[in-house]
Amino acid sequence: MDDNKKPKRFELPVVGAMDMDRRHALKIMALAAAAPSLAACDTGEPVLDVAIAPNPPMNPKAKGTAWDPDMVEPKVMWERTLSSDELASLAVLCDVIIPADDRSPSASSLGAQDFIDEWVSAPYEGNQRDAVLIRGGLLWLDRESRERFGDGLRFRDLTQEQRHAICDDICYEPNTPEHLKAGARFFDTVRSLTSTAFWTTTEGMTDLEYIGNIPQTSWAPPPPEVLRHLGLE
Amino acid sequence: MRKKAQQEYDVIIVGSGAAGGMCAYVLACSGVKVLMLEAGRDYDPVTETPMFQLPKDAPMRGAGTKEKPFGFYDATVDGGWEVPGEPYSSAEGTDFRWWRARMLGGRTNHWGRISLRMGEYDFKPRSRDGLGFDWPITYQDVEPYYDKTEMLIGVYGSNEGLENTPNSSPGVLQPAPAARATELLTKKHAASVGVPVIPAHLAILTERQDAARLSRELWPNNALAQRVTEDSMRSRAACFFATPCGRGCSIKANFQSPTVLLPPAVATGNLDIITDAMVREVTVNAQGRATGVHYIDKTTRVEEHVSARVVIVAASALESARILLNSKSGLFPDGLGNGSGAVGKYIMDTVGAGVGGQIPAMENTPAHNTDGASAMHMYTPWWLYQEQARGQLDFARGYHIEFGGGRRQPGFGFMGGLSSFTDGAYGARFKEECRRYYGSFMWFDGRGEMIPNEDCYAEIDAQGVDQWGIPTLKFHWKWSDHELNQARHMQKTFASVIESMGGNVTSTVHEDGARAIAAPGVIIHEVGGVIMGEDPGRSVLNEYCQSWEVDNLFVTDGGCFVSNADKNPTLSIMAIAWRASDYIVEQLASRSL
Ligand SMILES: Cc1cc2nc3c(=O)[nH]c(=O)nc-3n(C[C@H](O)[C@H](O)[C@H](O)COP(=O)(O)OP(=O)(O)OC[C@H]3O[C@@H](n4cnc5c(N)ncnc54)[C@H](O)[C@@H]3O)c2cc1C
Ligand code: SF4
Repeated sequence: MDDNKKPKRFELPVVGAMDMDRRHALKIMALAAAAPSLAACDTGEPVLDVAIAPNPPMNPKAKGTAWDPDMVEPKVMWERTLSSDELASLAVLCDVIIPADDRSPSASSLGAQDFIDEWVSAPYEGNQRDAVLIRGGLLWLDRESRERFGDGLRFRDLTQEQRHAICDDICYEPNTPEHLKAGARFFDTVRSLTSTAFWTTTEGMTDLEYIGNIPQTSWAPPPPEVLRHLGLE
Repeated sequence: MRKKAQQEYDVIIVGSGAAGGMCAYVLACSGVKVLMLEAGRDYDPVTETPMFQLPKDAPMRGAGTKEKPFGFYDATVDGGWEVPGEPYSSAEGTDFRWWRARMLGGRTNHWGRISLRMGEYDFKPRSRDGLGFDWPITYQDVEPYYDKTEMLIGVYGSNEGLENTPNSSPGVLQPAPAARATELLTKKHAASVGVPVIPAHLAILTERQDAARLSRELWPNNALAQRVTEDSMRSRAACFFATPCGRGCSIKANFQSPTVLLPPAVATGNLDIITDAMVREVTVNAQGRATGVHYIDKTTRVEEHVSARVVIVAASALESARILLNSKSGLFPDGLGNGSGAVGKYIMDTVGAGVGGQIPAMENTPAHNTDGASAMHMYTPWWLYQEQARGQLDFARGYHIEFGGGRRQPGFGFMGGLSSFTDGAYGARFKEECRRYYGSFMWFDGRGEMIPNEDCYAEIDAQGVDQWGIPTLKFHWKWSDHELNQARHMQKTFASVIESMGGNVTSTVHEDGARAIAAPGVIIHEVGGVIMGEDPGRSVLNEYCQSWEVDNLFVTDGGCFVSNADKNPTLSIMAIAWRASDYIVEQLASRSL
């Protein structure tokens, strides 16, 4: 029982990674959850020794509905609806918004278009509005591409310069000509969703140098370089 | 959970949240046989909390939905602004929002853990400015119960000795965690516009509890209570400064009724809990005494009756008012204990208004961990008592400031609004701008006192019935100028703090307080509706949460509040519930009940 003398959480590897992979997270969860029922040892030091489960044990199960989903093992409860053609167009647009660079890959390579598919397929009013905006927007983008650059060309067939020529006109609604306003709203929505999709991935968080979600043994004041940066020395 | 082991119960408690949980703990520890009825399902934070799960593991990256308004991982079950099958309504011109949860422990599973004491002024507001009501009790009456509640649940913070911002007794508080960089930056600059920043008080263990000492001090001469309390405290770990508290805490470092109050209460052998039990009404006998409650067993949809010597309604302020209003009988045609007509009246929420800012000095801050105890380490208590007393402000009561920001975990919506800062950046520039702006945003929220008024009340909706056949509530609401002017003052103050930090205000600062203020109910500090008082003609309860008319009926949740200080209510709910429970124990012992 020696191993059990101390709360397990202090023995967790304090990993430098920004992301804890799910399995690791679950393992920690399990340890943390197990800690309270560790049996007392002979040392007399305060150990987590009480059986906290009332009798009979509270051992509830989530109903698995949208109001009461399993939060530990999350599941998406709806089918995706975009076609492979729409996904291909979306992937190109996502990469125009977040291309690869020397710090991280592009948005589509991290599945931003799949996240948008999940989003527009969700059974909520706002999502259904976005579905109309985005599906319509993709068609509009192809039509704009044909009108500007020649018959038979879809957005995804254009050169990077040509794509930018369109996006420059719709990337900021206040500067967008009246007849392109709907295009600007479409672009802004895709940009926001792409941003969420990209930055919440492990790669995105690593790029941002997000540090957190890691158990600590104690909480320290901010590091000196942070205080210096903020003029707080 | 369904367990009804006893043949007879001394006390029935309706609701398992802050109020019901506290009553159950105190009564069970005192040897009283208790049956608790909870409308929600059984829920166990130890096994059900998604501690480390990331947004990317959740549907839509954890975005809020109708069913999970505060995000997928929020520890709310069958609740939110709506509860399936349990509607409510608002009168024309009112847009009241009612946040509920149907789970063991109620809203203590996902609450913000901010635990501020009401001060001396807060119990006697009418004596100070002629508005609202005085409480029938003073700060001194509740002070020992604040100490006890803080010792039991664990509250971090510091004693600053500021006006109307009480100190806790020595040995009561947990150490406050070190301030984050953003909090220090705010403190430095806010001082230049006269706004103080001090350690906040939250119901989170920064250290493991001194179980032996605390249990002895809480329960001198009660071996059973000492044992279950000590065991329970030993089962709680200290915060490991990661993972959001709003999901609950599987290591029991923060306060939730199902990790802190219910386990020791059950361990006494004196508490049985029935979940999925939706109480419809309190029953009375011919003498006008409460005999028990009718509840709908949600799993069978059959109505059941249980009886006891005492009934405690602790279903949350508005649910408790609803139960009383629905408990109609020949003796009590307008609802139980409602001879005064005050049931459902004088409901209050907290005044809320916020402003966001972008702080250039915070751009490109070196990477560091800002998790801490997940919520705020620092806050601003109300600081303009003197100005208010001199009549220099156009509102009568105070507010405190909650704030935060910096390099937090990216979640749904991350950098969604960046377009307006960058004139629509996309491509390589967008990526660069996200890196630069990450961690440079702050938000400031005011939480202020609302004064009770005649126009804010709940009544039974003649047309409304929920899926359990129980008549529903309809809300009426009107702010007074005190609240609207206060909301305007909040926004102006936050804008000046942001500007003092060299920042850019990113929200609209309204001249019109009616546009600054959050809709009623949105701050989720709803209290009142079953107010206590000194006059049975004008209040429902006496100072011990006991019905004036039915002496074995108690309402121990926020329903009894007669004012709603800027201090978030839950700590006070629990202190007052403990005080009421002590009184019930005495009365049961002397056979007065
Ligand atoms: C997101 C959020 C953040 C918050 N942050 C803070 C904070 O930082 N500080 C603070 O002080 N407060 C905060 N609050 C408020 C706090 O949650 C409440 O004040 C507190 O939970 C009230 O306790 P209660 O016991 O009265 O009600 P609840 O905790 O709501 O518990 C009531 C219980 O009764 C049950 N019930 C209701 N009707 C019936 C019935 N008819 N029959 C049987 N059972 C019934 C419910 O299902 C529920 O479980 C917050 C609330 C929310 C939602
Ligand atoms: S921050 Fe601390 S108290 Fe809150 S959930 Fe995480 S470990 Fe628990």
